[in-house]
Amino acid sequence: MKLSGAGAAKAMEILTALGRIHGARGMVEVGSVQVSGVSYNNIGEHGLAFLEEWAGMGSRAVVNATMNPGGADRRLWKSLGFSQGFIRKQERVIAALEGLGIKPTLTCTPYHVGAAPKLGEHVAWAESSAVCFANSVLGARTNREGGPSAIAAALTSMTPRHTLHTDEGRLPTRIVEVRCAVGTSADAGTLGYLIGRLVASDRGGGIPYLMGVEPPAGLECLAWLKALGAGMAASGSVGLFHLDGVTPEALAHGRKLAAAAKRNSVITSLAEGRRALNCGKGRIDLVAVGCPHASPEDLERITGLLNGRKARIPFWIFTAEDVRRRAEAEGTAAALKKSGAILVSDTCMVVAPLKELGIMTVATDSAKAAFYLPSHHGASVYFGSLERNVEAAVRGVWVSA
Amino acid sequence: MGKRLKGRLIFGGSAEGSALKSDAPLGLFGHLDPRTGVYREAGHPLDRKPVKGRILVFPRAKGSTVGSYILYGLARSGHAPAAMILAECDTIVAVGAIISGIPTVDQVDISRIPDGATVKVRGKEVIVESHQRLRQARRFLHHG
Repeated sequence: MKLSGAGAAKAMEILTALGRIHGARGMVEVGSVQVSGVSYNNIGEHGLAFLEEWAGMGSRAVVNATMNPGGADRRLWKSLGFSQGFIRKQERVIAALEGLGIKPTLTCTPYHVGAAPKLGEHVAWAESSAVCFANSVLGARTNREGGPSAIAAALTSMTPRHTLHTDEGRLPTRIVEVRCAVGTSADAGTLGYLIGRLVASDRGGGIPYLMGVEPPAGLECLAWLKALGAGMAASGSVGLFHLDGVTPEALAHGRKLAAAAKRNSVITSLAEGRRALNCGKGRIDLVAVGCPHASPEDLERITGLLNGRKARIPFWIFTAEDVRRRAEAEGTAAALKKSGAILVSDTCMVVAPLKELGIMTVATDSAKAAFYLPSHHGASVYFGSLERNVEAAVRGVWVSA
Repeated sequence: MGKRLKGRLIFGGSAEGSALKSDAPLGLFGHLDPRTGVYREAGHPLDRKPVKGRILVFPRAKGSTVGSYILYGLARSGHAPAAMILAECDTIVAVGAIISGIPTVDQVDISRIPDGATVKVRGKEVIVESHQRLRQARRFLHHG
């Protein structure tokens, strides 16, 4: 492979230092890269300056590299209320990353737009929910990268071999026995939220081995697993979970894997998590679902739940531009539009400048979003199942369970 | 000659300055203003102190991954510390140090570096001017 340019040299410098810090055994070749730190709302002026400087060094990605959501929908920004000043900065971030050879997929679910790694494949992904999904559900191998370390991997196709890239680094730290019903994806997110906090003090932020729970069959299965991982990656720093009888490594090694765990915990109720996440007060400004970004199956479910009814308050569904285009081709988008729901792409509720948009109170089915919105945006959050969110959109108020 | 401490090299270089020390972890994003270099966090030992040109000594960083860019911002605005010495350097500080060109060493016993001491960083070596010498110097200044 040919590496050229000062940008790739800078990348190697970063990777070598990170390898040294983590006691890595050399480098490993990666199959794909997901870059975070794309929203101008998060990285600010200095992040932008850094990316433009790096892009100016003339090196480009040598593997398939994709982008996390930015701060705004590139197509609908004006009608959604984003300012032109913000858009200009956001477009400069995207241009700098494209200059580094990173594709503007602008989604936290690269696995929904053709970048799903294979079982056992090494990748270098940033975006905590995607890391958890890739490691746990797909059985790929990635550490929790940050923006610059992911770009460094893209420019060199390498990442330091340590922690979640190694067999021993993927052994569970704790068996978590679940003794309550975890039915909806919102429940799975709540369980993830509780587990993330529970295992935070374990080695490397914790690798839970879950028993006594399984995802629902059918359309909601993947959404449930996505929500579970996103929840624990947000409240803690979990990059991998094993689910007994379900996830690939748990299936392959069974209880032998669980035997490595040094600790045991039992979760008997989701009530504490629901109380912590559902703290909404007053009028709802926005019903927002699709964190992580909605899949084509999610869009079908929402269309079914709306069943032709109209939303009385703003109802945004965040999804990848690629998935939106598919929905437009297949007619799902038309049905949603008729109900007044808006498919929003290239951004999400966690990284968009909500305050600038005048959004103070949000209803959502995402535990990850419910965890971040109060601290990142000072927003008040109603949290519940997708069904309750659709009802909130249709009736204009949050209906207590 | 002062105390010599050996650490682990994060980003190489030479620097000399007076130590600005915190026994509490440092939050980069939201606390350290990249335009002025002033740290702000109520109740924190570094509250309202500028880091520019100092040898920043702290146990570890805390908070958002965007912290790397805060260090880069400091370097751009000319308010970066001369060097950083940590007990434990994480990915965020390491990446920040490299992209900003700030000499950085970790795995140093920071209890041996008093606030305000004159410190030299030479690669992974940290030289702390001894208290004894400082005291002598002060006495000399005050009493001739």
